[in-house]
Amino acid sequence: MPISIFRNEELRGLVEEEAAQLVDVLLREEYEDEHLPGAINIYLKELDCETTATLKQDAPVIVYCHDYQ
Amino acid sequence: MSPRAAWRLEGLGFARVYDFVPGKAAWFAEGLPKEGKLASAPVIGNAARPDVPTCAPAEKVGAVRERVRKVGWDRCVVVNNERVVLGLLREKELASDAEATVEEVMRNGPTTFRPDVPVGKMAERMRVRRVRTVLVTTLGGRLVGLLYRDDAERLAGEQP
Repeated sequence: MPISIFRNEELRGLVEEEAAQLVDVLLREEYEDEHLPGAINIYLKELDCETTATLKQDAPVIVYCHDYQ
Repeated sequence: MSPRAAWRLEGLGFARVYDFVPGKAAWFAEGLPKEGKLASAPVIGNAARPDVPTCAPAEKVGAVRERVRKVGWDRCVVVNNERVVLGLLREKELASDAEATVEEVMRNGPTTFRPDVPVGKMAERMRVRRVRTVLVTTLGGRLVGLLYRDDAERLAGEQP
């Protein structure tokens, strides 16, 4: 079951201490305008085996969108 | 969107999936680093003056007025112990009865803006609405500083 996190510090901790991978699931244009450092972009509707092939299965993955959408 | 994405990833076999619920808006609102085409655009968090005087709701207006004028300001932000913005004293409120408490005369719940608002956009908004200053706070309401329209316009004018 996915775990919800709410604080910036939690996100930062997972990235810095556990090499979590950040995935921005917004549209490409929104991602290109601004995104979190190190995030890759995979649009929600394009999440599949092929587009996620570069992600490590054994490391945490954090997904985010714009806000509480 | 992100909850659905998180479930989808789990379905694809990822064992540790996290959903950062407040999204990038919360990250940027704290003035944290970002990447992308707009990442280097100046934002109001960098232009706001962090040294704006502050006071507590229980203080006497006379004492606050004296302190504020001594350091050359005409505004004072009312904050609690956590530096969360509760109100604002402008010239008009600062000129109130010296024995009144700040809480009695302050402008309650002033409008605030997040630090990641582009400075050009805010300068235009302030110009159209004829606003001289706006308060900048974090997402949690903590004071970042007071933004003057002059500062916003100058910074916006320096953009390429």
